Amino acid sequence: MSLARRRKLLPWWFALPGLLWLIVFFAVPILNQVSVSLMSGDPEVGYDLTWSFSTYWDAIADYHEQFLRSIGYAGAATVLALVIGFPLAYFIAYKAGRYKGLWLLLVILPFFVSQVMRTASWQLMLNDDGWIVARMQDVGIVSEDGRFLASGKAVVFGLTYNFLPFMVLPLYATLDRIDRRLIEAASDLGASRATAFRKVTLPLAIPGIFAGSLLVFIPACGDYINSSILGSPNTTMIGNVIQSKFLNVLDYPTAAALSFILMGLILLGIAIYGRILGTRQLTELAG
Amino acid sequence: MSTSALPDKAADTVAPPVPGVATPRGPRNDKDPGRFRALGLGAWSALAVLFLVAPILFMVVFSFNDNQGRFNFEWQGFTLKHWSDPFADADLTKALENTLLIGLTSTIVATLMGTLLAIALVRHRFRGRSATDFFVFLPMASPEVVMGASLLAMFLVLGIGTGFGTILVAHIMFSISYVVVTVKSRLEGMDPHIEEAAKDLGANEVTTFLRVTLPVIAPGVAAAAVLAFALSIDDYIVTSFNAGQTQTFPLFIFGATRQGVPPQVNVLSTMLLVLVLGLMLVNVLIQRRLAARDRAARG
Repeated sequence: MSLARRRKLLPWWFALPGLLWLIVFFAVPILNQVSVSLMSGDPEVGYDLTWSFSTYWDAIADYHEQFLRSIGYAGAATVLALVIGFPLAYFIAYKAGRYKGLWLLLVILPFFVSQVMRTASWQLMLNDDGWIVARMQDVGIVSEDGRFLASGKAVVFGLTYNFLPFMVLPLYATLDRIDRRLIEAASDLGASRATAFRKVTLPLAIPGIFAGSLLVFIPACGDYINSSILGSPNTTMIGNVIQSKFLNVLDYPTAAALSFILMGLILLGIAIYGRILGTRQLTELAG
Repeated sequence: MSTSALPDKAADTVAPPVPGVATPRGPRNDKDPGRFRALGLGAWSALAVLFLVAPILFMVVFSFNDNQGRFNFEWQGFTLKHWSDPFADADLTKALENTLLIGLTSTIVATLMGTLLAIALVRHRFRGRSATDFFVFLPMASPEVVMGASLLAMFLVLGIGTGFGTILVAHIMFSISYVVVTVKSRLEGMDPHIEEAAKDLGANEVTTFLRVTLPVIAPGVAAAAVLAFALSIDDYIVTSFNAGQTQTFPLFIFGATRQGVPPQVNVLSTMLLVLVLGLMLVNVLIQRRLAARDRAARG
């Protein structure tokens, strides 16, 4: 083989191992899952490909409640994470001074303790007779029966907690990159702090808001750790259904169909959200 | 004193009051409301961080609790007994061993493959490059439950039994994309002229890579490895689909939440936290020393 030819192939040799791994263990399984979703049969005899699209309609008819709940919970968690996370990211980017590194370390600290462990800790901290629930009762967050656990609120609480760092980090990265002179220029030209924030800082922070929201919303939609540990049978999300269909009921076609409906809904959500915030950010993110 | 007479630089320091124009709000002009706002922002941020670390503090404190019942949430006195015997539960210890072994192996493999892939994507213009870019991004945009279920379905079709090996395969799969993204951002910030200069001075591809590219991207590769390790030892959802009878640390804890998590879990989680923080500290110290040596070499 000539030297020039070998040079041309070099990037492919570099890319090959990783790319192959992703093709064999990510792309092929997803494509296989498409065919599984079109099969029919039962766990006893096995499943055959019969192109039965009805599985999709049945899945929507039977589980639209869990889908709506997943989107509702994940949406609420995304908004809460933005409300809690934006001031925090702003503070770290502009006001933390030389303690910036320490603040960032505290934000990523949860990554070093298992998510399941942290959620289990919340389950214990939020016990019915505990201090936190008593304080919540004082402000009236907890319902009549004095319980916080096993409610939709508890699941949203857990989702917000678990995915908050994924909101703060991209927001921080975006805010930190904004040229401070632009904000100074706005106030030199007579803009009040509020106006400068609304007309300069916020529009420039939109890519961060977009990225952060996706990083919270996508995993929150498919999550079932929080609803299993903090929720009740009345708060099951679509992840719980997919998991039990797959591992307990062995109804693979329905589980596969539910997975693709979930992915479709998420992609639709991203498209709409991208439209609202401006498509420019979307293309920037993909590029 | 009028603004027009001032050099441009003055705008950076203190803006002088101009008659007839709304007072420019520099940091000094509205000290009190500004201070109040800053205080509010600081307090909000402190509360948000407290929210983030609260369950970790709880976990560490209650590893010293002399608990009597099954559930470890009421403070019943200080004890070191869980710390003196952290490996009391054989199943838990085995689960932790699996987690660490899978974490280390998947980190090494994913970091290697991901770094090479990132280099190919940034340094070379080849056909199908942007398609590859998009494809690598996809696993990060897919819900874990979808990836986990699909992978299990494929293993079922192929008749491959699930266990340690399939967990490892899955962890490498979801780590690669994160490694690629992390290393890529470091590579994109690197001046390609440095590599060209090395080649002009007679270094071949391999020497250039080993002596020039690798040292520059090393912090990015280290950060990617830490991220891959954290992702692996933390994963529950993908693992739960592909674990078979094999237990990992998160799977054990999840199973234990119903009948009460043993305090040894608190101890071992705290140890893991200290270990990872220690590794990060070492990484930072090495970077600092290298930077200092760099500065010294430049004079």
